[in-house]
Amino acid sequence: MIKKLMQSIRQYKKSTILTPVYVALEAVLDVLIPTLMSQLIDKGITPGNMSEIIRIGVMLLVCAAFALLFGVLAGREAAEASAGFATNLRRDIYSNVQTFSFSNIDKFSTSSLITRMTTDINNVQMAFQMIIRLAFRAPLMMIFALIASLAIDVQLSSVFFAFIPILAIGLFIIQSKAHVLFERVFNTYDSLNNVVGENLNGIRSVKAYVREDYEIGKFKKISQSIFNDFSHAEVIIALNGPLMQLCVYGSMLLIGWFGAHQIIASGNNETLGLSTGELTSLIAYTMQILMSLMMLSFVFVMIVISRASAERINEVLNETTDIKNPADPLKEVPNGDIKFSGVNFSYSKNADKNVLQNINISIKSGETIGILGGTGSSKSSLVSLIPRLYDTSEGDVEVGGRNVREYDLEVLRDSVAVVLQKNVLFSGTISDNIRWGNEGASDEEVRHVCKLAQADGFINEFPDGYDTYIEQGGTNVSGGQKQRLCIARALLKKPKILILDDSTSAVDTKTDALIRQAFAKEIPDTTKIIIAQRVASVENADKIIVLDDGHIAAQGSHAELMETSDIYREVYESQVKGASDDE
Amino acid sequence: MSEPNSNSKPREMKGGPGRPMGRVPGMKINPKTVKRLLSYFKAYKARSIVVLIFIIISSVIGAAAAIMLKALIDDFITPMLSDVANGRAADFTTLGYVCIGVGGFFLIGLLSAYLYQRMIVVVAQGILKKIRDDMFSHMQTLPIKYFDTHTHGDIMSHYTNDTDALRQMLAMSMPQVIASLVSVVAVFFSMLYISVWLTLFVLLFTGLSFIAAAQIGMRSGKYFMAQQTAVAAVNGYIEEMMNGQKVIKVFNHEEKAQEGFDNLNESLNDKMYHANKFANILMPVMMNLGNVLYVLLGIVGGAMGIAGVTNVSLAGVGVVTLGSIVSFMQLSRGFMNPLTQVSNQINFVAMALAGAERIFDLMDQKSEVDVGYVTLCLAEKTKDGILTESQKRTGLWAWKHPHEDGTVTYTELKGDIHFYDVDFGYNDDKIILHNITLYAEPGQKVAFVGATGAGKTTITNLINRFYDIADGKIRYDGININKIAKADLRRSLGIVLQDVNLFTGTVMENIRYGRLEATDTDCIQAAKRANADGFIRMLPDGYETVLTGSGSSLSQGQRQLISIARAAVADPPVMILDEATSSIDTRTEAIVQKGMDSLMNGRTVFVIAHRLSTVRNSDVIMVLEHGRIIEKGNHEKLISEHGQYYRLYTGAFELE
Repeated sequence: MIKKLMQSIRQYKKSTILTPVYVALEAVLDVLIPTLMSQLIDKGITPGNMSEIIRIGVMLLVCAAFALLFGVLAGREAAEASAGFATNLRRDIYSNVQTFSFSNIDKFSTSSLITRMTTDINNVQMAFQMIIRLAFRAPLMMIFALIASLAIDVQLSSVFFAFIPILAIGLFIIQSKAHVLFERVFNTYDSLNNVVGENLNGIRSVKAYVREDYEIGKFKKISQSIFNDFSHAEVIIALNGPLMQLCVYGSMLLIGWFGAHQIIASGNNETLGLSTGELTSLIAYTMQILMSLMMLSFVFVMIVISRASAERINEVLNETTDIKNPADPLKEVPNGDIKFSGVNFSYSKNADKNVLQNINISIKSGETIGILGGTGSSKSSLVSLIPRLYDTSEGDVEVGGRNVREYDLEVLRDSVAVVLQKNVLFSGTISDNIRWGNEGASDEEVRHVCKLAQADGFINEFPDGYDTYIEQGGTNVSGGQKQRLCIARALLKKPKILILDDSTSAVDTKTDALIRQAFAKEIPDTTKIIIAQRVASVENADKIIVLDDGHIAAQGSHAELMETSDIYREVYESQVKGASDDE
Repeated sequence: MSEPNSNSKPREMKGGPGRPMGRVPGMKINPKTVKRLLSYFKAYKARSIVVLIFIIISSVIGAAAAIMLKALIDDFITPMLSDVANGRAADFTTLGYVCIGVGGFFLIGLLSAYLYQRMIVVVAQGILKKIRDDMFSHMQTLPIKYFDTHTHGDIMSHYTNDTDALRQMLAMSMPQVIASLVSVVAVFFSMLYISVWLTLFVLLFTGLSFIAAAQIGMRSGKYFMAQQTAVAAVNGYIEEMMNGQKVIKVFNHEEKAQEGFDNLNESLNDKMYHANKFANILMPVMMNLGNVLYVLLGIVGGAMGIAGVTNVSLAGVGVVTLGSIVSFMQLSRGFMNPLTQVSNQINFVAMALAGAERIFDLMDQKSEVDVGYVTLCLAEKTKDGILTESQKRTGLWAWKHPHEDGTVTYTELKGDIHFYDVDFGYNDDKIILHNITLYAEPGQKVAFVGATGAGKTTITNLINRFYDIADGKIRYDGININKIAKADLRRSLGIVLQDVNLFTGTVMENIRYGRLEATDTDCIQAAKRANADGFIRMLPDGYETVLTGSGSSLSQGQRQLISIARAAVADPPVMILDEATSSIDTRTEAIVQKGMDSLMNGRTVFVIAHRLSTVRNSDVIMVLEHGRIIEKGNHEKLISEHGQYYRLYTGAFELE
């Protein structure tokens, strides 16, 4: 897992390596400085020796200058390495997602992909920066400080050894206890966000049913449990500081007590034993060692927190697309013929039931095909096989007389335009959005397709016309307007096959009819496949396919189906019968 | 139709979701925000004072610990050394007592540190809970318009980022800053006690260091703010593109989408690098400036000591001793370190205050206006036909209308709705409904017909007062709806919205949303009436199946069936159906229709539907165009008029 993530370091390898190097150099100086400080006192100030003061002072200044230099360099490199790493990682996930097929996307769900690219990357980045800065610094400091203090006095240094395990075990217990609670808090956070999100989306339902107080009650229950868990966890964490202080104060007292004895014994002579200056530096080392332990415990927590995130990121990085371009792809789709022969399809390999079963269809270029069927009858699944958004489980789909698997994916999808049922507009102007179909299209062409999709009229009513800005998700146009813009966008591709997946459901009947009229007149050679709920939308199609639970229940023209298909007749009559009585 | 977000909306939100771009401020601290934040501490007054005392004790003891070493050397070791030098035996007993005494002293410091940290997290979490609850409760009172004009991501970030920044500050930065400041003050006086001159020197040096720190801090702050904006931009882009990923695939737009992403990602990298860089170098700079100060003090102090300069201190006037120089040097470190800590926290504090400001901004949004005093009550008829208030459900409801003279009249809730010359616009300057006059008598079915954007949904939004009319009058059972308390008005109306919203919870709970006191049997009954019972029983756990993500595991049609059941269980006298059946396939719809018909029986119903077959059974049909009612009447009448309805009606089936 680590290895896979490390691949995203790339051009930041240099700073990733330099950071710990600078950190190590800084650590050496950080250990050296207290030693020099105590010497300044012992050799310079206490005996009142000015030249010594200057000599050691200058050495100290030089050390401080280098410590500063290395500190700044380490900080800079660490910032570059961690920001760069996160940037690369985010990019790697993003570009991998771009290669995903529909089934890959289905597998992860949009919101989980978003979390992985935001929160998870953030956690990993923090951990990364901590590791390259502290994970090296803390143990190095500890080792250097230990060596330095051992050099001063082995016996006194043993005081550390008594406190190190106390601190280490204490920290470990605190962190592991708190960690469980924090994990629970984060889950509760999710449900809090969920309630807020649902209320934002469903504010009309909340208000319509006057459930404001009910929702507030729901929210308060969750915020109460956050309060409980969080305070509980933090109360445990609050032990951290005092534990640390206990160790620091304890070792200071012990070292002071034993140190005093030794200094008296040596007569404050360095060569004979401990001196007062050495005592000062010993205590400084105690602080450094215990501090380093504390830092290590932070690093430990950070790694634990980020481990789950790293795993989730890895899942996306390791996912490979299941629809690949063929080796020697066809670069042109000759015409809009479509043929399904013996097609079975299911979304997952181990599903016990196919969503499409034994589909055989043959469509000629330029025909208009209607598809009708109940909810869940797999209408969308059927058409998504044509631009190879999914691969069939069995059987073949042919476009222009060749298996769709032989085509270059881009070429195929440029020739087969789908207006998805769940469609999306992107933030940008209307003409930006339409030009998704063809970037180089002229204003004239854009206007032409909008006219075909019956969108030109309402666009011109906007104060900014084609430059009207579409909000994210297209929230500032109505459902019917959005559908028409999506149709225009698909038309701009000049596709050989145009698929409308229930794309006019929010458009009123009159406009719906006008759109179909325009298709018949303006793009006669394009094969048009229309999935609809309204019989009126498909009534005049060359062929109507009636789907029922993944099977083709009937196919034929309106007149034929009225004769042969009970389902079709039933649907037709429920929609039209009442109306035709009056004629 | 989502007319609320009408296309005339200004383009200021172009920067994408998350934070609007306009707010890339410097590090400004708004005193009003601080004051308001402090007011939350009121509930914890006693505790806050105790916390403060403990912080002071703990930091004074912390500062004293630094002097302890000096005392050990000066007051014990040095005299003992001279004792030894003079041939006397060193006496460790006093030192022993002192050590035990100091140990006890430390223990007090340690305990107070533990106690204040323990208490402060409870205070901080309590305040955060209060802020969250206040924010959510207030949000529930806001008018629909607020939700139309603010992106969900933006509102959401108040509950996540902003609250989180506040937590960071309340629980971590604040105690640290207080403790540091207390130490600084304690150390400052200790220094003055030793030498005024040297203290002045330290002050001067610290002042200079602070200028350096402020320079770095400002840069870092600037980039941190820029980073926040860049993060919001990247996250917004990711969210938008991931939601549209399937469209990207269908249009072969992968490369383009990648390009846009790379640009934002690179810009984030740049900001993030600089922000982190300056934050990272602040510590070494301050620490080493502290080291430099130490050396300078050694040289200056040493020179003074050797030269025997007259010393002025709080303790009096004397000569600078070398011992005091040593302790002064130790103290100087205790002075710089906490200041470094404070400078390190400034960024967090500024970010938290900015977050608090946004949170308070939400809390200051104006609530829905509701001056209604007419309420809904259960009613029954006495033998002589007089309506009175009842304690139990009789199927009869009444409007309880208190008058100024203290009398109360009861009007039966029948579902009679009249619009008189109503004008409405989402913005005051753009009227989109003109002169709407309509009436629906109890039990009538009123259908709205018209092109997309003609104003059908808008009219229904006025009945339940999601929006308030600009001009004209709406009367409900003869009462001006402005006089009816909003909650009671809405309780009398059932709505099936075009976009179905389900809540996390079981199917049963979702149906019960319509009437909280409904029994399981009531809910199942309602589901049967809406014809939802069949598919619900097929779900893995039937009525107990847990729905998440607004019922994303269900089909659009199934979700609508549940929402119809929800309205059915509410059993209101007036129903508003907003294209409720448009996404259900026709076969299912036919079944649903039967259930709906029984639901509609005896109720006033407003229907917005595209299918003329449903419309033609209505008692009154309103044909809308550009926000005006251009034709009204029943099907036969409108057909015979050969107007727009006739064209629409015939066009739908004969146009091709």
